[in-house]
Amino acid sequence: MALDDRKSDGFTFVGTRPNRPDGLDKVTGRARFGADASAPGMLHGAILRSPHAHARILRIDTSKAEALKDVKAVVTRADFSDKVEFAPGLEGDFWNILENVMAGDKALYDGHAVAAVAATSALAARDALKLIEVEYEVLPHVTDVDKAMLMDAPVIRQGAADYSVPEGMHPNVVRKHESGHGDVEAGFAEADLVIEDHFTTEATHQGYIEPHACLATLGADGKGELWCCTQGHWIVQKTCAALLGIETANLRVTASEIGGGFGGKTTVFIEPVALALSRKANKPVKLVMSRSEVFRATGPTASASMDIKIGMKKDGTLTAAQGTFRLQGGAFPGGPADFTAMCAFAPYNLPHVRQVGYDVMTNRPKQAAYRAPGSPMAAFAVESVIDELCNQLGLDPIEVRLKNASREGTKASYGPRFQRIGLVETLEAAKAHPHYTAPLKPGQGRGISCGFWFNHGGETSVSLALSEDGSAQVMVGTPDIGGSRASMALMAAEVLGIPYENIRVTIADTATLGYNDVSHGSRVTYASGLATIKAARHAVEKLCERAAKKWGIPVDAVKWENGCAVPSGPNAGEFDPLPLADITADMGRTGGPISGHFEATPEGAGVSFATHIVDAEVDPETGKTKVVRYTVVQDAGKAIHPTYVEGQFQGGAAQGIGWALNEEYIYGADGRLQNSVFLDYRIPVASDLPMIDTVIVEVPNPGHPFGVRGVGETSICPPLAAIANAVSAAAGARMRQLPMSPPRILAALKADG
Amino acid sequence: MQYHSPESFAQAARLAAEAEGVTRFLAGGTDVLVQLRADIVTPDTLIDIKKIPGTHDITRNGDGSWTLGVAVPGAELGEHAGLVADWPGVVEAMNLVGSTQVQGRATLTGNLCNGSPAADSVPAMVAASMTATVTGPDGERVVAVEDIPTGPGRTSLARGEVISALHIPARGENAGDAYLRFIPRSEMDIAVVGCAVNLRLDGDTITEARVSLGAVAPTVLLVGDAAAAIIGSTLDDAALDRLAAAASAACKPIDDKRGTIAFRTEVAGVLAKRVARIAYARAKGEIIKGHHG
Ligand SMILES: Cc1cc2nc3c(=O)[nH]c(=O)nc-3n(C[C@H](O)[C@H](O)[C@H](O)COP(=O)(O)OP(=O)(O)OC[C@H]3O[C@@H](n4cnc5c(N)ncnc54)[C@H](O)[C@@H]3O)c2cc1C
Repeated sequence: MALDDRKSDGFTFVGTRPNRPDGLDKVTGRARFGADASAPGMLHGAILRSPHAHARILRIDTSKAEALKDVKAVVTRADFSDKVEFAPGLEGDFWNILENVMAGDKALYDGHAVAAVAATSALAARDALKLIEVEYEVLPHVTDVDKAMLMDAPVIRQGAADYSVPEGMHPNVVRKHESGHGDVEAGFAEADLVIEDHFTTEATHQGYIEPHACLATLGADGKGELWCCTQGHWIVQKTCAALLGIETANLRVTASEIGGGFGGKTTVFIEPVALALSRKANKPVKLVMSRSEVFRATGPTASASMDIKIGMKKDGTLTAAQGTFRLQGGAFPGGPADFTAMCAFAPYNLPHVRQVGYDVMTNRPKQAAYRAPGSPMAAFAVESVIDELCNQLGLDPIEVRLKNASREGTKASYGPRFQRIGLVETLEAAKAHPHYTAPLKPGQGRGISCGFWFNHGGETSVSLALSEDGSAQVMVGTPDIGGSRASMALMAAEVLGIPYENIRVTIADTATLGYNDVSHGSRVTYASGLATIKAARHAVEKLCERAAKKWGIPVDAVKWENGCAVPSGPNAGEFDPLPLADITADMGRTGGPISGHFEATPEGAGVSFATHIVDAEVDPETGKTKVVRYTVVQDAGKAIHPTYVEGQFQGGAAQGIGWALNEEYIYGADGRLQNSVFLDYRIPVASDLPMIDTVIVEVPNPGHPFGVRGVGETSICPPLAAIANAVSAAAGARMRQLPMSPPRILAALKADG
Repeated sequence: MQYHSPESFAQAARLAAEAEGVTRFLAGGTDVLVQLRADIVTPDTLIDIKKIPGTHDITRNGDGSWTLGVAVPGAELGEHAGLVADWPGVVEAMNLVGSTQVQGRATLTGNLCNGSPAADSVPAMVAASMTATVTGPDGERVVAVEDIPTGPGRTSLARGEVISALHIPARGENAGDAYLRFIPRSEMDIAVVGCAVNLRLDGDTITEARVSLGAVAPTVLLVGDAAAAIIGSTLDDAALDRLAAAASAACKPIDDKRGTIAFRTEVAGVLAKRVARIAYARAKGEIIKGHHG
């Protein structure tokens, strides 16, 4: 049997655009999301949340709530495992999650859970919360990253800093990252122009349309069932088991259909609480967050304060770059300052580069991943300075980027040497795109930016089973957040040689497949895709064995072609092609069911780059911005289902437009979140967006059998900078603070004269 | 919670006068039901006025004035060609409220009585010199729209009083009105500043004007100085600058999540100019379609 390990052209199914398998369910309302499950005898849960940004919890009296007839259980921190241990930095991750899902001694942010109720109706649960008395001692708070680092800032938690933080820093600084190479001072000395500037970005929420929801059952025997919307149910299983003090395998978790996650559903918030309530009430408990709870108590991304210094020669050669990145990720370690620092200068071949990142705690909700966590803000700061250097030296921004672009073999700013990458190809495609040379109207400006994301492999396990009629079912463990069921089916179809429509891909629950990492890091089409291809090849091996047995020839004299076993060459003998369905029809009698399986932690994810072009128009009298044209150019390695790839490109740009222009967490002087509803947390509405044009560049990733690189995250790396560069050009004033809301733009216009 | 659906305003007023605790009238419910579900206001008594005869009618009276039933939703105002021709500003202001779904329910009266300083239709109603008939336990009175809101979430209506009809004066000749709001997005947002202008011309010269601002003070403002700035002018650049200055001077805004004091003050002037130009063009007989955003 001959199977090429890698395939880069001549595809039959890969690269086509069939209908999505979940389409009918979603348009008819048949799809079951997190809040769509129910169970006999089910109770409804509700969570009491701190109104204070920082307060010691002196006393919680739940007796009045417990006395209500409709109330069946009330839980506080005491109802969770006491075996989860605190440790500094990210070492104590379970402890941090436990502390976040239910406050211990202190409430650490506005919205922090302090108690929860299960009652016979959602309304009864909500009203019962009002009867829980909590006595707080309000403490000084801090929500701003720079202020949290000052020596007189309130201390959120002593001892949270890990070994990386030097002596003498405030205890709120919990991790430090430093990397780079060369001698930046020597590099700056070689430059004709050095620009140093300061940039800030606000925290933004992923804004998934489906609030967190789950249905939990946990019996006195320690066995549980959990249905929830999540990007990864094995991590939910593992975390909940630890927080509840039960065995992992005794908790079966099923991932519902998911209404968006973007990284924000890679951890747990309400699931352990629902399980604790269920254990206490001995009944199933459903918990559904309101939008306001989503904003106040789930993870937005970090906010950032950044200093950038870059040197350039008159011909556009970059001589050196340096950056300091301070990120607050809420009242816990985990702000992605390391990623921010590592991504910042990755697009450029720099002889001298140094980056420092600080992970800082504040009285805000625990940040969660948001699409390429940390990278978009880095690109905003760095690409703004590069834009300014190009402006002042009169150089074309794409030519300058091409001149300095990272290529195969370049030593990356964060350490390793790049393998085959597609940055230059995206820049060339952007340069050739009609958008780049289209005339601008008065009041409009154009911006471009590059962006980078690592991409990820991760633990992956896939099983594939053939049916008697020759159809196939694929069980993957990565919830479908971007069309992966279609992509998996296309890849399986390519290997098996049977139609896309004959393959059904299911997200298996934790009891029916081995461990899978969450759907994050743009890993699913890469890693689950690789595993699907290998599982399908595993099944093909068995199909070839059955054919060999039938024909009475050695198995290596059989090959698989267009969905049939065929003799591998003239010497193998004269046999008619044996279709897959003919083999499976007999499989019970020829050796039993045929299935394929693959599991691994693939390491060849292949980094990814993008270049975006944006035209923006600014109303000089009101500071209002309209994005009038947008083009995304990104390397996908190989687009398995191009429509979904384009959707990822457009989605990244759309979220980037919101982040750049109007989205922000706004805190009052009291440390309370001011805008915890979509009315005042201003994500773009459809009419705010232009048609977002896309160009798929395909520079195959050597680490995937079909060349796939993840596409889900890189698309949100360039928008902040590209939009800021366009707006700055249109306004004639450099915008250094996100979001570029109308009041900020108008103030910048006034300041400029 | 008690739910009532009276068949007359007299009965509605009586129910409201006798009710204890928190009472709400239910027009379109796009504020009342949202506040209920968000656990902001849970009324003890809910009085649905939609079943009262006449509340869904749009009537052009013999003298050219209009009477609007208090349950007429925004969408029906927008579909009424005669009303749109006479009072495009009032209609475009109400049509900015919410989405298609919200337009099917939301009313002018609800927008007014919810008491939001940022309510979109209220500046347009004020500029149009609209009045409301208020029915109370002791009979009826007619009140100017600008006298109804008294502060955020508060009105001058006494316990037991309910608005039973809205009135717009006869349009008359050579006149036009318009409304614009500033929002950072293109729709589904709340006004950071709103401005309505209603004016009448004699030839090219403005003879009457009313200028109203929203979201720049605790209540919607009727700005006499802004009207005076353009009366007697042909809306030349100098008049427009005076208008902008007067509008900005009238602002008493706050810094909040939706905008700063400086921004609101500045943009009030910008909007006043833009709105006045539209109202002026309409008074000249030009058809200018509603602006979104
Ligand atoms: C998604 C969405 C978007 C929105 N967008 C906007 C917007 O862009 N601009 C804007 O201004 N508003 C907006 N709103 C708010 C709301 O739609 C408007 O204020 C609407 O006009 C309220 O009218 P209603 O008929 O629904 O009022 P209801 O909710 O029925 O009532 C509102 C208030 O008016 C009182 N009331 C009602 N009728 C009477 C009466 N006859 N006499 C005395 N008091 C009475 C009630 O007691 C209550 O206090 C939005 C709301 C939603 C849900």
